Amino acid sequence: MAETQGGRSLVVDAVTHRYPSGALAVENINLDIKGGEIIALLGPSGCGKTTLLRIIAGFIAQTQGRIIIGDDIVDALPPNKRAVGIVFQNYALFPHLTVSDNVGYGLAARGVDKATRQREAQRLLELVQLPTMSERLPRQLSGGQQQRVALARALAIKPSILLLDEPFAALDKNLRLDMQIEIKRLQRVSGITTLIVTHDQEEALSMADRVAVLSHGKLEQFGSPSDVYDRPQTLFVNTFVGSTNRMPGVVVAADRTEAKVRLDAGAEIIARPAGGALTEGGRVTVCIRPEHLQFVGDETGFAGVVGMSLPLGATVVHEVTTADGSGVKVSQARIGETRALENGAAVRLAPLAPSLANAFPATL
Amino acid sequence: MGAAPASRDVTSYGMGLAAPLALFFLLFFVAPLLQLLWLSLHNDTTALHWGLGQYLHFLTDPFSLSVLGSTLLLGAEVTAVCLVLGFPIAWLYQRVGPKLQTIIILIVLLPLLTSVVVRTFAWIVILGRQGIINATLQSLGIIDTPLKLLYTQFGVVLALAQVQMPLMTLPLITALGRIDPNLDDASCSLGAGSWRTFFRIVLPLALPGVIAGCTLTYAAAITAFITQSLIGGGQMLFMPMYLYQQASTLQNWPFAAAISIIFLLAVLAVVSVFTTLGRMSRGYGGA
Repeated sequence: MAETQGGRSLVVDAVTHRYPSGALAVENINLDIKGGEIIALLGPSGCGKTTLLRIIAGFIAQTQGRIIIGDDIVDALPPNKRAVGIVFQNYALFPHLTVSDNVGYGLAARGVDKATRQREAQRLLELVQLPTMSERLPRQLSGGQQQRVALARALAIKPSILLLDEPFAALDKNLRLDMQIEIKRLQRVSGITTLIVTHDQEEALSMADRVAVLSHGKLEQFGSPSDVYDRPQTLFVNTFVGSTNRMPGVVVAADRTEAKVRLDAGAEIIARPAGGALTEGGRVTVCIRPEHLQFVGDETGFAGVVGMSLPLGATVVHEVTTADGSGVKVSQARIGETRALENGAAVRLAPLAPSLANAFPATL
Repeated sequence: MGAAPASRDVTSYGMGLAAPLALFFLLFFVAPLLQLLWLSLHNDTTALHWGLGQYLHFLTDPFSLSVLGSTLLLGAEVTAVCLVLGFPIAWLYQRVGPKLQTIIILIVLLPLLTSVVVRTFAWIVILGRQGIINATLQSLGIIDTPLKLLYTQFGVVLALAQVQMPLMTLPLITALGRIDPNLDDASCSLGAGSWRTFFRIVLPLALPGVIAGCTLTYAAAITAFITQSLIGGGQMLFMPMYLYQQASTLQNWPFAAAISIIFLLAVLAVVSVFTTLGRMSRGYGGA
């Protein structure tokens, strides 16, 4: 086996896949992933992210487009020739083989002799911090330990790409954070290009260098976690990643960088045209995150009535009903002595900054 | 549900409920078996003189031993044919859509829905001198004289394999269905080809089903009186028919009883080999 191939690039070039029934699973996906990056494929279930993962692994032959790993177009290669490591959601450890044989399985398939295999398996088990478990059977391990074994097994073949399918879904919350740190550490050590499929936005934002957000088989946005969170390009991204208030309104004036929007709630605010150019007089949906709204003392914002205040530890969330009857949430950091708001109190609200209000052309 | 006293052990209900069946077995299975054993321990046909003569006779008689041998061999052959033909069907079943699954299960179960006698006569029609196979081959000019298919070991194995196939296929379908399909993908992604995946992953995990299927098929094949006798005809003699002749035709009940006991022990020996293998493979059954 050659030396480590960690850090090879991965290009998903205009990949489209159609099910035999004719339905589109993924449509024209383009991803240009640099060697050594951690990428998260984020989207709700049924968005096509698992299909894309299986296309990259070679289990599904895409209808159109190419997969390029390093300098090689791998479309003609079956999964067992692609050297793509996969950690399955349920780990898919071989139940009848010991931990050591599980880890060494890929090496055995490459004709590596038993002694070398065991030595390599032991080295990898030490890497994933399970050096004493080599003779156990998978069912004798906890969920987190099984995942470490699955990871060691995938890394044993020195894959050029590592694919993780919902890797933390089956773990409880405390263990999840441990494993996220662990995987990030291993990825830094090996420098291996890693793709994580997840429906959990926190996971995607915390683990990945860049996040690809998918919805209904289409790539909505591909960018850094802060791009996706702070500068969403579509209404879907803005609502799926993090929480947001959706406020309908009409464009009063717009240029490429700023738009003046008259909210139905009764105020004119400056917003960022997030999904492309806006036309004057067109209806828009303005998204403002709860933490990007503030209470203002003057007449600049829109009016509302406080319904309920929920103290959530570090933040306090207020539910405010606006003049047009819709509800918005405002989240305030608890700094020192936070002003208590009574039920029914009249307030005025405004976005913290124009760049934090994203205006999207209304779809309905 | 009534409020049963909490202290009562739940297993004690089971014992009481099993009593009728236990009584039934005692009367109609254990008692006749003991009678058979008693009968076999007599040297004369009228069962007056005790002795191991019948067993000695069987074990020193080359003819009797050859019948036992060919019967056990027949079982092995039928089991092997069922395994080789049944495994791909079971494998296929796990990989097709629900519609095809229904069709496969119907085809698998179909033999069970018709009487053994009917199925065996169908094989006579197929295998006979003027049967379907010979007629087809002759009309195609491939052979001049009819092949002897009926009353051969080949014919008996073929017919028995078809008759006993469900006993092999159903446990295999169950065993293969319990294997996580991701294991296939995992093996493949680790660089293993389909043969390695089959022999290292699928077959070891399906082993409990293989053993169950083999045990059932074997036991059924060697005791299949009707099919053995009709397809085998007068020229092929297997234990069930041998036993029947001794008991019904020759009225030599003690010898027939001894044959039964020896046959029973031989079958138990083979089945216990299977179950020992099964127990060894159960180490990882609970995946």
